[in-house]
Parts: sequence; structure tokens; C-alpha cells
Amino acid sequence: MIARLAALLLAVIAVHAAAQTPPLVAPPVAFNRATIRRGAQWFAQYCLSCHSVKWIRYDRLTRDLGFSKDAVRQQLMFPSGAHLARGMVPTLSAKDATAWFGVAPPDLTLEARLRGGAWIYTYLRSFYFDPTRPSGWNNRLFPNAAMPNVLAPISGVENAKGRLIQRGRLTPKQADQVIGAITVWLEYTSDPSKLERERLGPYALGFVVLFAVVAYLMKRAYWRDVS
Amino acid sequence: MGRLTAWVDRRFPFSVLVRTSMTEYYAPKNFNFWYFFGSLALLVFATQIISGILLLAHYQPSAKAAFNSVQSIMYDVKWGWLVRYIHTTGASLFFVVIYLHMLRGYLYGSFKRPRELLWLIGVALYVCLMGEAYFGYVLPFGNMSYWGGQVITSIIAAIPYVGGWLASVLRGSFGVGTPTLTRFVAFHAVLLPALLAVLILTHLLALHEVGSNNPDGVEIREHLDARGQPVDGIPFHPYYTVKDMFGVGVFLVVFCAIVFYAPTFHGLFIETYNFSPANPLKTPPEITPAWYLAPYYAMLRAVPNKAVGIGILFAAIIAPFLLPWLDHNPVKSSRYRPVYRWMVIVFVLTLVALGWIGMQPAIPALLPPARILLALYFLFFLSLPIVSRLEPTRPVPERISAS
Repeated sequence: MIARLAALLLAVIAVHAAAQTPPLVAPPVAFNRATIRRGAQWFAQYCLSCHSVKWIRYDRLTRDLGFSKDAVRQQLMFPSGAHLARGMVPTLSAKDATAWFGVAPPDLTLEARLRGGAWIYTYLRSFYFDPTRPSGWNNRLFPNAAMPNVLAPISGVENAKGRLIQRGRLTPKQADQVIGAITVWLEYTSDPSKLERERLGPYALGFVVLFAVVAYLMKRAYWRDVS
Repeated sequence: MGRLTAWVDRRFPFSVLVRTSMTEYYAPKNFNFWYFFGSLALLVFATQIISGILLLAHYQPSAKAAFNSVQSIMYDVKWGWLVRYIHTTGASLFFVVIYLHMLRGYLYGSFKRPRELLWLIGVALYVCLMGEAYFGYVLPFGNMSYWGGQVITSIIAAIPYVGGWLASVLRGSFGVGTPTLTRFVAFHAVLLPALLAVLILTHLLALHEVGSNNPDGVEIREHLDARGQPVDGIPFHPYYTVKDMFGVGVFLVVFCAIVFYAPTFHGLFIETYNFSPANPLKTPPEITPAWYLAPYYAMLRAVPNKAVGIGILFAAIIAPFLLPWLDHNPVKSSRYRPVYRWMVIVFVLTLVALGWIGMQPAIPALLPPARILLALYFLFFLSLPIVSRLEPTRPVPERISAS
């Protein structure tokens, strides 16, 4: 009976795990404003040319992340037509993108909720050089992905066996920090309320705990005469 | 205050209502943990109505705009995220509370004479709540909403004779789209809340007519004092209002912890695939229902024939309605019915296991256990008429034992 239950559990785990090769790795950076700010800057330089995060308006970054308006203008608002009150949308049109890459690069606002931070971090670290692909790139986590390895200049080029065949601008450890920051930035865009939730959480919980304690004392006082 | 009350009382039975339903409504003094969930259900209902009204102010029911309007609530509307998380958390916790409330009824035999009608109204409330949850689930029009909408309406389409017509009435079209959302919003925000409100009121009226059962399952109204009040009863107000207030406090701690620290609850309260917009060309890898409906989905999938599966599904929902007439034992509480107590425990474990299977991918290895569990579910109801007549019972006290 127990052996059969165990076999059943294993079968279910196997079905869940089948899609996950290579194993997912969590980003090695903390979720905080400083990391998100760094991620935003890398994202603007390397990703925002093709990918939108359309639900994030530029001016919310001044409120949420502590950027000054000038910093947002100079470090993030690269696409033409960008406006502080508008969402982060690239210059590249969906029509051109489809013609060039085969598919339009998806909006990434909610990507971290859909796939999880670990998936994004692992995906960005799983590119390898593959001369058989039109772009010259392939991905171990997402085979035949249309996206080229845009981070190659900083993280270097790996071959199919995972060996570094060309060094990048940064050391592998530094590159992981960058990819981690981009991942955390996308975790932020997928739910910006997280910063505010975690700030307000202790107050809200404190209040209801206090309420519960007072209610308990009141209950005890009222019930003293019930035998 | 006194003059105002007198003015109102001459025109409306205000003081009479307060007296008969609160200050002189006597409830057994031995209510335990299981008796918090009725008042908590009322609290969640009110929370859902208020947060729902706020969400409705920003929601747009159309296939093109629905998903975006929900995102704009999350990103652009001030405190929109808080209101939506309260609503999604409330939806799941409503079922947590209702399931515990129903389990209390099973444990202490609260469905038995004279409370049959109270029980029937309660189960009807549960069925309405399932409908309410389903219609609400489709509204954000994420990809899971869309495919959930497709799957359930196609289940309805498989009902013999009237199914096709009923499904097209529900969808308002041949597929799930704008006409579906416009009528689902009418069902979710008007029809079912109104129905729920009326049923809740009826449930409370019936409760106050027959009085509460209690963990011992003995009738406190059979032992009255000189004033004609139950000896083992205490006025609902202030005793149970203050006690329920404490329950509310503990519940709110759990509620706030989820809203502020784990609002999606690992994909159980807000499904992961619902973060991508509805896409008729892209089926999610697995279409599984919300956790609170998962046991029924497991039952449906356990049967290879669609029509039979739907028959089983309806039977599973109807079965609890029949409980007062399946159980023939005069002893109410499972405290004095050891065999029945074990039956309830197995029944609960069966539902939990079915729920787990309902949320797994449809793999063949899970089919045999699902069928065994399905059989166990019905075995509870089918064996009850016999077991309840033959089972040994422990002596029931004349009055309620020390709490």
C-alpha cells in the first residue's frame, strides 16, 4: 500500500518535472529597491529595445524605486516617444518584430508571475551558440527560442556543452549579478504592490493582532459568570 | 437615544428584533471552535460585496478590455491591488469557512430533526456559492478564466436534451467571449449575490426558529428555568457577540497575512496561467479548477463516459441535501457515535484526496485511486441508512456536559 502510494507520488512528480530541464536556479540577489533599480537600468539598455513592460509607467518608478525624474529620463527612457506618464514600450513595432524574429517579443510585465523568477534567471543563463539556428543561438531551457542571446557581450558565449568559448565584458559572477538584477526587476514589474505590501504588512498585522487580543480579553471578562 | 428608539419602535419592530434575535435569543453555552465559522461566513460575504462593488467600478466586461481593465486595477487604480487581493483572498477563504461550517454540521448532526430545512437552505447556499465563484473566476479573462469558462459550459452542454440550449444561453454565443462576460457579470454581481443574501436571511430565520444545535447534540429547549428560558442557554448578545469578535480577530490575522505576504497563495488563490490574457489558440498545459471545486473535477475525470460523469457530478452535489433522511440514528452528535465519527473522518480525508487529484495533471496512474475515492464518497451516503440503524452509541447526557 505504502509502496504503491510512493510510486504514485513519484509518477506525479515525474510529470511535473518533465518540462524542467535544466533545473531551475533562483537568482543570487535580494529583492530590494537597490537591486530593482540596477535591474531597471540593465533592462532599459538590453531588453527595452524589443520587449515592453507596458503596465509600468515611467513615473511610477520615481515613486516606487526612488529614481529622480531626471534619472528616469536619462537612464531608462530610451525608446522614441517615451513619456513619463506612459508605459514602458519599445520603439520596435510588433509588425517589424514578427518579420525579423518570427514572433513578436512578448510584453514582460507579468512574465515573472507566469513563469517565476527562477525560470527567467535560468532561461537567461541557458543560451548557447548554435550555428544551425537562424539567429545563431539556442536555449537549453526553452529549445529553439526565437530570442537571441542579447546579454552575450557581458556574459560571454557558451557552446552546446556549456563551455565558455568567448569571454564577455564581465566575469561570470558579475554577469550572474546582472541577470539576477534583471530577474528581480521583472519580479517587481509583475507585482509592484509587493514593495508596498511588505511595508504596510507589519502595521496591518499588528492592528489585527491587537484587535484579537483585546477581543479575547473582552470575551474572558464577559464569560466570567458562565459556569 | 431613548426617544429615537421609541419613535422607531412605534413604526418598526426594532427593539423586538434586537430582543428576540440577540439579547433574549438563547444559544447553548458549550459552543466550541467549530461554531466560529457561521459568523465568519457572514463577515466574508460582506467583505466580498464591498470589495466587489469597488472592483466593478473599474472592471470592463468585454473580451478585449476585461484582462486589461483588471491589470489597470492592479497597476493604475489607487489601492486597486489591495481591493483585488482582498476579493481574491476572500473568495478562497469563503470556501475554507463554509467547508468548516458544513463539517461542523456533519460532526454534530446539525442537519437532523428539527433542523432539516435549515440544513437544506445551507446546502443551497453552498451550491449558489459555487456558481458565484465560477462566474467570478471567468471575469478577469486570463487564459485559465477563458479555458475554465469553456470547460464548464461544455460540461453543461453535455446534459441530455436541454444541455446545448442551456450552454448557449450561458455563453450568449457559440463560444466564450464578450456576450459571456456581460451576462456573467450580471450573474456574479447581481443575480447570485441577491440570491445569496435572501438565502442567508432565510438560513438565519430558520436557525432562530429551531435554535442552535451544539457539540453534544442535545436540545437545550427541553430544560427550561422558572422564566421559561433554557437552563443551559446564554443570551447570544453579549456572550456570543464578544466571542465571535475574537474569532473575527484571529480570522483577520490569517486574512491579512495572506493579502500582504502571499496573495496568490502559490497559485492556489490566483492561478498562475491567469496572468496571461485569454487566448483561444493556446490551451494551458493543464486545465484544473480552483482548489475549492477540485474534488468535483476529480470525480468527473474518474468516469470515462461524459454523460455518466456529469450524472455522478450532479449526484455528488445532490447527496448532502438528502442527509437528514439518510441518517436514522436519534443520536445527533458524533461524540456519542464512534462509528459515524470515523465515517466523517474518512469522508473528509476522501474529499481532501479527491481535491488533490483534481488539481494534478490527468495522468493514468491517478485514475484507480480517483475511482476508489469516488466510491468512498458515495459509500458515506449510501451506507448511512444502514449504519445509522445498527451502529452502537454511547449514552447521551440528559443536559449538555461541561464545556
